[in-house]
Formats: sequence, structure tokens, C-alpha cells
Amino acid sequence: MTREMTGAKMVVQALKDQGVDTVFGYPGGAVLPIYDEIFLQNDIRHILVRHEQGAIHAAEGYARSTGKPGVALVTSGPGATNAVTGLTDALLDSIPIVVLTGQVPTFMIGSDAFQEADTVGITRPCTKHNWLVKDTDSLAETMHEAFHVATAGRPGPVLVDIPKDVQFASGEYSAPKPSTSHYQPVLKGDLEEITELVAAIETAKKPVFYTGGGVINSGPAASQLLRELVDATGFPVTSTLMGLGAYPASGENWLGMLGMHGLYEANLAMHDCDLMINVGARFDDRITGRIDAFSPNSKKAHIDIDPSSINKVIRVDIPIVGDVAHVLEDILKVWKSRGRKTDAAAVKQWQAQISDWRKVNCLAFTNSEKTIKPQYAVQRLEELTKNHDRYITTEVGQHQMWAAQYLGFEDPNRWMTSGGLGTMGYGFPASIGAQMAHPDALVINVAGEASWLMNMQEMGTAVQYRLPVKQFILNNERLGMVRQWQELLHGERYSHSWSEALPDFVKLAEAFGAKGILCSDPADLDDAIMEMINYDGPVIFDCLVEKHENCFPMIPSGKAHNEMLLGEAETQGVIDSKGSVLV
Amino acid sequence: MSALHIKKGSTRHSAYNLRPTFSDVQERHTIAVLVENEPGVLARVIGLFSGRGYNIESLTVAEVDHTGHLSRITIVTTGTPQVIEQIKAQLGRIVTVHDVHDLTVEGDAVERELAIIKVVGEGDKRVEALRLADIFRANVVDSTLNSFIFEITGAPDKIDAFADLMRPLGLVEVARTGVAALLRGE
Repeated sequence: MTREMTGAKMVVQALKDQGVDTVFGYPGGAVLPIYDEIFLQNDIRHILVRHEQGAIHAAEGYARSTGKPGVALVTSGPGATNAVTGLTDALLDSIPIVVLTGQVPTFMIGSDAFQEADTVGITRPCTKHNWLVKDTDSLAETMHEAFHVATAGRPGPVLVDIPKDVQFASGEYSAPKPSTSHYQPVLKGDLEEITELVAAIETAKKPVFYTGGGVINSGPAASQLLRELVDATGFPVTSTLMGLGAYPASGENWLGMLGMHGLYEANLAMHDCDLMINVGARFDDRITGRIDAFSPNSKKAHIDIDPSSINKVIRVDIPIVGDVAHVLEDILKVWKSRGRKTDAAAVKQWQAQISDWRKVNCLAFTNSEKTIKPQYAVQRLEELTKNHDRYITTEVGQHQMWAAQYLGFEDPNRWMTSGGLGTMGYGFPASIGAQMAHPDALVINVAGEASWLMNMQEMGTAVQYRLPVKQFILNNERLGMVRQWQELLHGERYSHSWSEALPDFVKLAEAFGAKGILCSDPADLDDAIMEMINYDGPVIFDCLVEKHENCFPMIPSGKAHNEMLLGEAETQGVIDSKGSVLV
Repeated sequence: MSALHIKKGSTRHSAYNLRPTFSDVQERHTIAVLVENEPGVLARVIGLFSGRGYNIESLTVAEVDHTGHLSRITIVTTGTPQVIEQIKAQLGRIVTVHDVHDLTVEGDAVERELAIIKVVGEGDKRVEALRLADIFRANVVDSTLNSFIFEITGAPDKIDAFADLMRPLGLVEVARTGVAALLRGE
């Protein structure tokens, strides 16, 4: 069925037909016709952000916490260029978002018009795909295709650039139909490879599941199937930063996160295993450490929907291209049909070995009665919020790693963090997106003060829409992770890694019409956190923490999994070698 | 587990020393990519190569199916086997790419290239140039009293050889199309 309507109306109609209920955006000259149409309807909520980067991260937060694509609408020129960081973030973390940008009228393209930028040119390398729509008749189809491409296969950001005259002109609207796109990624894995993996599972003596964001992206069924497979085999399971929550933190086979700041037992299990089953992860450099020393004695299987992930970094023995849920289902089927075999005795011994590693208690830290240790703050936050319907976002840096280490995630889609791009300023707008999608949930952004300031303007958004997002800022007055690297790798030369003019966060909160809480005494921490939780509205929690705490365990860049630093003690001895500082 | 000792301030142990550990034989591959002929598709392919640091030795592109709006891009590239595999996988990931064929591994391919070459000279050199052109089956497509433009088609090696011979005889300019290639047989 087709109907005649303006391009602007088509945009809104296509969003409705795609099931969109929320759009994050910021108006401007080149998108005014679309804003006019938004004004004239009530089905889609528009959330006015305070900066376009905030709109994209909010859409990401919405997408990650719901599994549905997030949508953002921004204007041409600076609106589009401000979206670039968010698009790149979504590309690296495989988050489905659809970004609509206004463009100058088609007859002015190329004339250096006011607020003109080559948006499709600029965003080509940071989107999964993008389109410049030059004809109103093809607008509806392009919109539907955009949603298809964003969500099919490995999800990612897409962008539709819509010139203003295309928005004004009328054309035929066509409703979404089963995609005729040639872009149809393969979902089912190759049965021969799956059978080979099952055979490896049956004989493995030291197996480990290494799971990633692909499990979350594949949908809730994938997490369920993963839990079934892990618990049925009794194999230990670890996860990347992106995959936390796919297997519950309280599960008996859970090792904790792996990687640069991952747990001792998780990294050693990866190093010493004889069968590594990578489920929807991509052998990122934060995970592998030194490539030529990465898990030297294991057979490696890799399940990934993106063929380019296979053998990109690490050579694998059993590549399986397919959707995680489909492949796990087939693995379970084949494994059960062959009699549910594992080398139980060997796996038990392996588990005992892992228990020994666990006794190292790598997350132990020296607590203090005078100052709040950041790890302690996150521990208390976990204790006081774990029974809530809780969504966590983070910024990027030490606080992000502490949040990943000390918070427990029981379900997928509860944890939103910028993994691949490491975007400071991600967490606050993402918390707004998550809160929009889950109005009654407790949404907390675990932040550092430096990251948080990068998108602090979104306080206006939080207050305007009465979004009770909690900004839990671990304030060490430092760029903590930068400071840590400077200490360990740059001779303690702390070049520009501290802030001398931080705002009074309590007054800042009050200036925006929100609540501010300051806490500097460990004895007051619990009460202060409870006050934050119980306050019905946005809160900035300024948690003054130990300024020079380092984040451990740590695998320094270029080192292997078994070369972890466990704490300050292991970096000592070099601290005195002043002679080499200036080399 | 041995504790790792990082020497503070020492560049020898610094994070800047990371080196990729792959080193293999460089291979030359001819890859044919069938793409939707939409605006920007060539930029997507070229951007992929420059963005990920792959080599392009030559690249040709033209629409080959006017009703289906499909273009064929033929790329000659070099890299280690792992890089070549990545190039193919990354090309396959582009939404508007329909098909990727590695003609170097899929079978015998016929590879042809066209070049036009301007040679300026007089006397014996001019005669010698004409004689060599005849041997290489290059055609004269333009001539003045002291210059020729030769047109030559063939495998890239043959064009290289012809250009090398023309150099001492007064070669001043070369324009090459890059490789067009098809698999032999069915």
C-alpha cells in the first residue's frame, strides 16, 4: 500500500512503522520540516538533548538496554559532525542505532552552503552504512532499509542524510515489507564445524568459554543457551567487558572478566586452557595482551556472525560463522545427541586449579578508614543496589574497570559501557537513554569526574524530563587511568593528568535543579548512597576518593596473560630507580 | 608467575615498542568485487583500503550490468596471506558489495591491461621505437613528426616490459587502465 505524503511526514511514519517510541535529537535549520511533523503527533517521544553527541550516546544507551535500535535526529553541518564520536563508538561496540541528519537542499549541495558538511563522506568510515537520499520517492524504502541494516547480522550504526527539499517534497510512502535487501547475513553455523567443536568439548581437559558482546547482541535467547551449555558441561566461563551479564556473576562457573584489568583466575585460565571457545568476542588487544604469547597451548574455536572477525588477530582452529543463539542451539543439539559427554574427571581437576588461582584474591585492596577507596565505594554501591531493578552505565577509565570488577551482573542488557572506542563522556547520556527506556528502574552512571565533565550539559536533559539518573562520580581530581600509565610507563611524569579547577559538584547539581551529595568519609558512604537511591530525581554524587589508587590486576600493554601485575608491591623496586627516569 | 618489572621512564620497556608479530611472504592477488553502482561505493572500497592500511597496486571500475546497476571493481593488491584474507572479508562486509572473488586462488584468470605510451624522439630512436612496437603488437594511435602514442594491451608484465624498452628511446608519459580480469573456463 502506498500513500502520498511529504518527506518529513514519511520520516515520522517510517519511525512509527519500525516500532520506534523514542527519538533523541536536537533541531536545526535543515531538519525543521521533520520537527514540524514531530510536533503534530504524539506516538513518538522526542527527547531534547543538549549536544548532539549526547543524542547518539543516549540512543546507544536505549539500544543496549532494550535490544532495539536507538534513534537520533540531528541537523546538518555541526549537528552531523557532533554525531561522529557516537557513531564511531556504536560501530566499535556493534550497537544498532539509526541516525537521521538534515542536509542542505539538493540544489545547494556542494556550494559550501550555511551548515553544509559532506555528512555521508565524513561518516562513511564510522557507520556500518549510510545513505544520502536525493529523491522523496526513495525515502521510505531507504528508512526501512536503514533499520534492516542496523539490526541484521553484526549490528551497527547507520545514517540517513536527508536534504531539506526532500523533506518538503511529496512522494509515495511504502510501508515496511519483508526485506528484499541483498544484505542477509548468514545466521546458521556450518554443521561440520559445529560437530568438530562438539568433539573438542567432549575431550577437553582444560576448557574455557570466552564470551563477548556478541552474546548480548544476539538477544536474550543467546544468554539462556549460553547458561544452559556452560552449566551442562561444567566448563568455566569468562567474559569481555562488553559481554558482562550474559552469564550471571553469581553462577558457579563464573570466572569474572578477563583482559587487561581482568581477574587473575580468568586470565590464567585463558593462558593455560587446552580448549578456548570464543562466543561472540573478537580477540581485542585489551583481551589478548601479547599476541605471540596468547594462550599458547589451546585449540581455539570462534563463533562470530562477522566473517572478518575470524583470523583477524588470532588464528583459530574451528571457525564458526553464524549468530550466537543459532550456533549455541546447534551445539547443544549435537552435543546432547552424542550423549552429553565431557571429560568430567579432567574438568574437575581443572576447576580445582582455578580454585587455587582464585585464592590469590586478586581484587583485594587495602582499605582505609580515613579516605574512601574507589574500590570500596563501588563495593558498597554493589551491596546497596544489587537487589534493585538496576542498569549501570560508565564513563571510561579506572572507575570503569572497578565497576566491571566489583559490580555483579545477573542479566544481559544491564551494563552499558564504551568498550571498543573508550569514549569519555559516554556514560551520562547513555544513562539518560537507559532511563528513558526503563522509567522505573534504578539507572546509575559510575563515572570519573573528568569523563563526566565531557558531557555534563546533559544535566539539563535529565532535569527537563525528570529522569532520576544517578551520577555516581568517583572523584580523584585526576585522569586516573592516564595518571596510572604515566606512573608505570612514563617515569611518573604526570603530564596534564589532573584538574586544578573542578566545579563544586553539589552546587553544580543545584544550579541545574538537581540534587547534589558530597561524601568524603568512608563512615558516611552507606547513608549517602542510600540517600542517592531514595531521592526521586537526578543526583550528582560527588564521591571524593583516594587520589593515587591504581587499578589492578593489570596486564601492561604488550605483555602476556601470565605476566599480570597484581598490586603495588609488584611495581615496587622500580619506583626507586630514579636513574632511569630521564632516559 | 614471574612478576613483570617495568623500568620506569625507560623507552626500552615502553608501550611504544609494540610490533605486530605477523610476518609472512607478501603475495599479489587480483580481487574482483561486484558492487551496487550507488554514489560513494568506490569511496567505500578505497576508504577501506586506506583506513586499514592495505595496498592497492591497481584498481579498475566500471558498470558492467546496466539493468541491475552493478559495477565490477578489479583490485590488484599485495599482502601476507592473512592480510589478503582480511581484505576479502572486509570487502564482503560492505553492505553494497554483492560478491568478492579472489581470482588468484579461484583458478586460472586472464588478466589484461591497456596502456597508452607517449614516446618522443627523432632519427634512429624513432625507427627503433616503431620496430619494437611492432614486435609487442602495440598500435600507433597518434603521431607527430617527433612523437608517437602507442596503445598496447596485455598482461601487466608485458606492458612493464614494453615501457622499460621505450624508456631509453624517449618515453615521456604513460597512462595505464589497471587490470581487468576474468576467470578462465566456465
